[in-house]
Amino acid sequence: MDPIIILQAGVASGTVLLFATIGELFAERSGVLNLGVEGMMLIGAMSGYSVALATGNPWLGVLVAMFVAGLLSQIHAFIVITLQADQVVSGLALTFLGTGISLVLGEGLSKAGAVSLLPMFSIPLLSKIPVLGPIFFTSQSVLVYVGYLFAPLAWYYINRTRPGMHLRAVGEYPAAADALGISVYRLRYLYVFVGGMLAGLAGATISLAVSPGWFSELTTAGQGWIAVGLVIFAQWDPIRAAAGSYAFGALRRLILDIQGPLTLFGLRNPFYYNPYWGFFLQMLPYAFTIIVLVIGSREAVRKRLGSPAALGVPYVRGERGL
Amino acid sequence: MSEPTVLPKPRRRFPFSVRLEPRLNEPPRWYPAAISFGAIVVALFLGGILISLAGGDPLRSYIHIAKASFGGIGVISDTIVKATPILLTSLACSIAFRMKLWNIGAEGQFIMGAFGASAVVLLPVLPPETSPWIFIPVMALAGIAAGALWGFVPGYLKARFNVNEIISTLMMNYIAVSWVNFFIFGVWSEGGFQMSPKFPKNAWLPRLSDYAKEIPLFRGLTTHMGLFLGIAAAIVLWLIVYRSRWGYEIRLIGDNPRAAKYAGINITRNTVLVMMLSGALAGLGGMAEVTGVVHRLQTSPIAAGYGFTGIIVAWLAKLNPFATILVSILFGALILAGREIQPSGVPKMIQGTILVCLIASDFLMRYRVRIVRTGVEA
Repeated sequence: MDPIIILQAGVASGTVLLFATIGELFAERSGVLNLGVEGMMLIGAMSGYSVALATGNPWLGVLVAMFVAGLLSQIHAFIVITLQADQVVSGLALTFLGTGISLVLGEGLSKAGAVSLLPMFSIPLLSKIPVLGPIFFTSQSVLVYVGYLFAPLAWYYINRTRPGMHLRAVGEYPAAADALGISVYRLRYLYVFVGGMLAGLAGATISLAVSPGWFSELTTAGQGWIAVGLVIFAQWDPIRAAAGSYAFGALRRLILDIQGPLTLFGLRNPFYYNPYWGFFLQMLPYAFTIIVLVIGSREAVRKRLGSPAALGVPYVRGERGL
Repeated sequence: MSEPTVLPKPRRRFPFSVRLEPRLNEPPRWYPAAISFGAIVVALFLGGILISLAGGDPLRSYIHIAKASFGGIGVISDTIVKATPILLTSLACSIAFRMKLWNIGAEGQFIMGAFGASAVVLLPVLPPETSPWIFIPVMALAGIAAGALWGFVPGYLKARFNVNEIISTLMMNYIAVSWVNFFIFGVWSEGGFQMSPKFPKNAWLPRLSDYAKEIPLFRGLTTHMGLFLGIAAAIVLWLIVYRSRWGYEIRLIGDNPRAAKYAGINITRNTVLVMMLSGALAGLGGMAEVTGVVHRLQTSPIAAGYGFTGIIVAWLAKLNPFATILVSILFGALILAGREIQPSGVPKMIQGTILVCLIASDFLMRYRVRIVRTGVEA
């Protein structure tokens, strides 16, 4: 139980949550709540893995995963933006649909055998930094490195660029954005698509990099839902989303690794001698998600922060409202 | 000779165009049912396309589903057995959804209900030779209590800290599975298998086949008393929602929380109570499943997704408790037959497709689509 190794693996596993969380964050910033993250991640994991298997090219797998999940997200976009239906139920439906399609098309994929994975490498100079080097910059998948750049770029895009401002306007005050000539519908479709693509990327990050393979529903094991929770904890801020994602990734790893050694802190390891105590460890990520939500929600009340004002509200042109 | 005048070519447009108009009056009574039916038909068609994409034969799959679930009294009884847990979980969802509380934790509440009922046998609270007249009510109460507890936690967090109940209820599902696994892998494991020992006969819900001696028609029928618990729950729920003051409050909060607040309705208290009622119904479902069908605590047949199917059924039945009974039977058929269909994800996919079509069709409740003749314009 080397803490460096746990953190190193935790960063890799947190990258999955990072992509999914920031993708959902983009969609929610534009005013669309998409609860279909779990379904989109699954379909991304399944399609990425099967394409990599068929073509031998994991990069093509990643691209297809992003595209397919993006495509799936457009069903939700159509239902809630154009047809103005309830976003909660539609998102749930999307998770059912994505899960169902992945299970049907992924039939037999779990026994498919080895697939070429995305490259892993160390960064020359940075990996020599004590402690941080081995954790962050040694033999990580290329997608993990992409993840490091991702949160700051997303933050910069949302808060410091013109399109980012349009994104915020559409989510906070769509009528005003519309009056300024910004197409509310088009931007919402776009950012739901972005969210879908990133969920697909998150799925492919699982099946082609972090824990390779297809294990039907257990591939994601509820991480899509944790991502939705993390967006609330992050108060719709990409940097906090990244911090939360890595923390959860480390927790997931810790739970796996804590059951291995014979002794813990010089005591008999109860999780080794009674393996079924491990089920309490398995509850932790889900229990922590609830705790994190309590923290996030209390903070939102105290600081009078909150979700994007138009989150979950369909925009109807010419109707009074937000 | 003058040049022939060149007429501008008439711009041909498609002679019909689709116009959407907001629906101003209430649609007729048959309309919602017709829309739901239409949505199912469209969903089955789309599902058929997906099945053939996956290399299956949609028509044969569907015929197989119909035969395997309604093709004789024995299978009809099996269909009802599958419909019973769905009936109770969808009632659980419908009461919460009525208040716009998105309880998607019926799955976890169902599992905890099964756990609570099992604890009566396995702890044991009652000795195995207890009369069924005591055993079954105590198990039902334990199941209801465990389910209500699992609903109380997210309800309280929502009321007190405004914690998003969608995510908290979902997380409680995962926690419930691990909780039950802890017991069946460890303390209650039977000979190292991932299941508890079988319950004594006294703790089984009576089945129709138990009365085969008196009524020969019932021989081999597996339908158990859970069905009657479910129907009774539907009737009680209908009375609560449409005939009681509390039901009125719930509906008002769901339709217009602001008006409810100004009317002096205690939203906080109702949030907790409705989540507990919802959890209790799902918990009763779990109790019925474990005592009526499985007869031992075991994760795989109990955590089989009944709670999630309940969401779809509640929505399809437009949250009406009586419609829920019918829709549950349809979905029971789908799940029963689905066990034999390859690939195995098909029932889940069809459920997803149905829900997507259903939500999309909601649009037709609010707008009327009119096809207008536009003719040829010059």
